[in-house]
Amino acid sequence: MTRERRLYTLIAELTYLCPLRCVYCSNPTNLAAHPDRLSTADWLRVFQQAAELGALQLNLSGGEPLLRRDLEELVSGAHALDFYSNLITSGVPLVRARLVSLKEAGLNSVQVSLQDSVASESDRIAGRESFQQKLEVARWVKELDLPLTLNVVLHRQNLARIADIIALAESLKVDRLELANAQYVAWALENRSALLPSQAQLDAAREVAKAAKERLKGRMEVLFVLPDYYSDRPKACMSGWAKHYLLVSPDGLALPCHLAHTLPGLDFDNVQERSLADIWQNSTAFAAFRGEAWMPEPCKSCERREVDFGGCRCQAFHLTGDAAATDPACSLSPKHGLITEARAQAQQSPLIPLGLRYREIRR
Amino acid sequence: MSAPALSLELKPKLAPKSKLRLDPKTGKYLLLYPEKGLLLNPTGAAILKLCDGEHALSAIVATLAVEFRGEPLVLQEEVLTFVQGLLDRGLLQAAP
Repeated sequence: MTRERRLYTLIAELTYLCPLRCVYCSNPTNLAAHPDRLSTADWLRVFQQAAELGALQLNLSGGEPLLRRDLEELVSGAHALDFYSNLITSGVPLVRARLVSLKEAGLNSVQVSLQDSVASESDRIAGRESFQQKLEVARWVKELDLPLTLNVVLHRQNLARIADIIALAESLKVDRLELANAQYVAWALENRSALLPSQAQLDAAREVAKAAKERLKGRMEVLFVLPDYYSDRPKACMSGWAKHYLLVSPDGLALPCHLAHTLPGLDFDNVQERSLADIWQNSTAFAAFRGEAWMPEPCKSCERREVDFGGCRCQAFHLTGDAAATDPACSLSPKHGLITEARAQAQQSPLIPLGLRYREIRR
Repeated sequence: MSAPALSLELKPKLAPKSKLRLDPKTGKYLLLYPEKGLLLNPTGAAILKLCDGEHALSAIVATLAVEFRGEPLVLQEEVLTFVQGLLDRGLLQAAP
């Protein structure tokens, strides 16, 4: 991947609807404000325009993309454009015959989410019975010789079972296991005190993941993503604002990331009104946090400004109220205390189990 | 601990998750896999085009020696290192 601005990946969030109610869903919390507005033809046009801009990867995501009845047609369109297509799914609702159709339409790979290695816990976090179905879907993916990524979001309620999670992934012959600690934005931010792990939990889990990564080399790729609350340096969110990624929301907004439409004062264009190339090159919202001109201190003079780009704009806004602030996950941020306070709280176990707020449509 | 050297009889092939394609923007080849891609130099692209499960490593080295007019022993080292790296990452597999 080049360091220059170049669109590589289109993330098509086909719908925000989902049968699951995961407590750390990365969709915006005002789901109802972004209903499905794009037709099959609209999406196919967006794919075509993204390919012309240079995009090579297409993530078909959501919500639950399987809820789109035209998914086969969309996969087929992506295949005709020579995209590497990746279906990012909960596996609900799916029957084997539909997966066969998706493969025949040219789907390149499948990412299935799993919430835990224990059925009751997985179902509790997902807010719905789904564990057995997910395992079944994972088996179908392998039977059809499609590459399988298993994504497990980690948090204080499942980190202790990381070895069991890895063993389960091994038994499913997963090609790529993403052990990704929750990102504390959107729904996960609302549930932060119930989900944020302690330092000790993380350290222990990281060792297990590291050993597994070495042991499974060549058979299963193991990724362990630390939460930025414990890394002292912010994540290079989306590899830089509007640099390599473009996301289209179910209602047609072209966005630099999953939650950019939750930031105030930015006017995002709709793909029904403007071409992707025009948006990519000329949109003022895309220009807002590109490069370094927008950066405050300490980012502006920091030697890491081209490494992490000041971190996550959405985290900055949702924690400090200012989207142009240094990401508080950075220990150099004047607002880093917001992170260290949350961390300090997470070192103690709550006396009573904290309630979880499930994803829901709020009207 | 270093892995045992690869046999020249081994016939590598792209793993199901790997896709080799030309980037029309740059004219260079990329190896795509879930959510990522490797930018390939001309040698890397030439090697991967021959990773079809039919060509043994010895044949790949011989073909490259002609194509790139390289010293076969140097090329062999380069090919083995490259292929081993991609086998370790699960992007290539050994054909049966």
